[in-house]
Amino acid sequence: MASETVIGSLRQQIATCESQLQDLKRQLAEVEHQSQQRRTNLALEQGVHTIDDPLAFDFSHGIHDDFKSEVLAALAQPEETTPPQRRWPLEANEYKRYGRQLIMPEIGLQGQLRLKNASVLIVGVGGLGCPAAAYLVGAGVGKVGLVDGDTVEESNLHRQILHSTAKVNMTKVESAMIALHSLNPNVELVPHQGRLTPETALSTLQPYDIVLDCTDTPASRYLISDSCVLLGKPLISASALRTDGQLMVLNNPPLPPGNTSGGPCYRCVFPKPPPAESVVTCGDGGILGPVVGTMGTLQALEAIKVLTKQPSASLNDPAPVDHPFLLIFSAYSSPMFRTIRLRTRKLKCAVCSAHATLTPEALNSGSMDYVQFCGTVGPIDALSSNERISAENYAKVRLNVNPFTGSEPSKDSHILVDVREKVQFDLCNLEGSVNVPFSAVTSLPVGARNGRANESNPEAVWVSELRQHADKPIFVVCRRGNDSQFTVKKMKELGLDNGGQRWIGDIRGGLLAWRDNVDREFPEY
Amino acid sequence: MPDTQNEGTIKITVEFSGGLEMLFSNERKLSLYIPAIDADGSRSNIAFLVRHLCETFMNDPRKELFVLDDTVRPGILVLINDADWELEGEDKYVIEEGDNILFVSTLHGG
Repeated sequence: MASETVIGSLRQQIATCESQLQDLKRQLAEVEHQSQQRRTNLALEQGVHTIDDPLAFDFSHGIHDDFKSEVLAALAQPEETTPPQRRWPLEANEYKRYGRQLIMPEIGLQGQLRLKNASVLIVGVGGLGCPAAAYLVGAGVGKVGLVDGDTVEESNLHRQILHSTAKVNMTKVESAMIALHSLNPNVELVPHQGRLTPETALSTLQPYDIVLDCTDTPASRYLISDSCVLLGKPLISASALRTDGQLMVLNNPPLPPGNTSGGPCYRCVFPKPPPAESVVTCGDGGILGPVVGTMGTLQALEAIKVLTKQPSASLNDPAPVDHPFLLIFSAYSSPMFRTIRLRTRKLKCAVCSAHATLTPEALNSGSMDYVQFCGTVGPIDALSSNERISAENYAKVRLNVNPFTGSEPSKDSHILVDVREKVQFDLCNLEGSVNVPFSAVTSLPVGARNGRANESNPEAVWVSELRQHADKPIFVVCRRGNDSQFTVKKMKELGLDNGGQRWIGDIRGGLLAWRDNVDREFPEY
Repeated sequence: MPDTQNEGTIKITVEFSGGLEMLFSNERKLSLYIPAIDADGSRSNIAFLVRHLCETFMNDPRKELFVLDDTVRPGILVLINDADWELEGEDKYVIEEGDNILFVSTLHGG
């Protein structure tokens, strides 16, 4: 433990020094650049004075000193107040750095200048935010803001490409700043440490031209969309889970609420949040790195398209309006990409319609509870305490005496049912456990209550097998201790407890508790 | 459920995305025939299709993950021939031969 603390602290120090070094390098580059410019200007001036300028000759040889200084002062005045006219709109290094996109008609000089003058806020620096930020910073967006309240975890690294092994435990914002600065020091990076809240949303979003929603909860998605409508900013929203991704450009054009020509907002498309129990996180459902990377990359692409869009040439020939769409990416389907036409603004939308009820004041006051609006799944507590056993006590059951039945220990004294999906069970499991995937438990028809099979409804194999060993208590385990509770209830509904004669219960806290309290070597994933 | 075309049935394609396929035996795409006229004698619309899918194809007993208050639950988009159903009259849309109906559950991971 002590060495881990030392390692952590050293990593932190290295990271801090690296970031200081980066900053010093940037400062050095700036100072060198300025002094180079000064030398060039000086050389020009001296050249003017000494070679063939007749005025210089007069000054040097023929004009009275008093008069000369007066004239010089007058001449010098404007030069001090207005910077010298630049010969080219971009810096020399910018022509080189952005050359490959500059020569494209979609970007060109004007597009690059629009990017340089633009600012983008990226909310969430995870699987979506990392690639999105990398491409926007690489493309030369003038200012990029980063919002995140999390720290880098090892399980982030397979997909969150700005973070790295040495930066585990560093804040995601700090880690991303280091990577992005070394990618392109010309871009101004603004850290916004901490989660976006209703009270801070408007002031955080206000200074930016466009917002990227790279977050992972319904509550933050509604908050960001509402704020973008109130502030009149286009929003590029994406999400990903398992092998699928979705992308929408919302509130584009970002016209005031009530203007039906504006683009729809998140609430127009999803007026009501989904039931909290239907929301699956990447931690529970899984996520493939390139899938979420594809979606983040597409967000950067859409941002570049919105930012570099050329204004219409004339009023008679307005620029074509982009139709609102939903892009669906499905890595294991054919075709992988599919674009769906979306609705326009909803006439009764609570935020972007003429009947809008949301005000900036209400948002700023914090009276809008987005978490409550979207609902939460509290800790599941479906069983009574004598239907549950702690991981430590279960370990005793495996070694000693069952505290509930008093039976002697033996490998065959009980049945341990692991209800994780097969792919997780195959990763690691407790010796002797039987796998009954939770999907097989939930998909049992409700009609199978009390379990007696009939001809039209044969009993599932796993149920019959459990029925065969009617004397052995059943312990149910899962990853965290939620699905196991549901399974215990289901088993009792099926009559597997023989009217209470057989003990059925679950291991509190699941395999996570087993790892924390019994076997530190059991893999954590 | 007829698996060949009869008088009075129409052939359609139903697709699931965003995890909804898990409620339908992991089938992402179904080709099926539905009655052109429902039990009430009116032409089959999306509301009928949703009930039909629930009764005939959904193995998972957790119906509330697909239907809530007699309509598709919040967080599911219904797309008729690649357009939001709000553009087509929502669940009153009368299904035509060859229609493609896509149910998409919104994702939140990032």
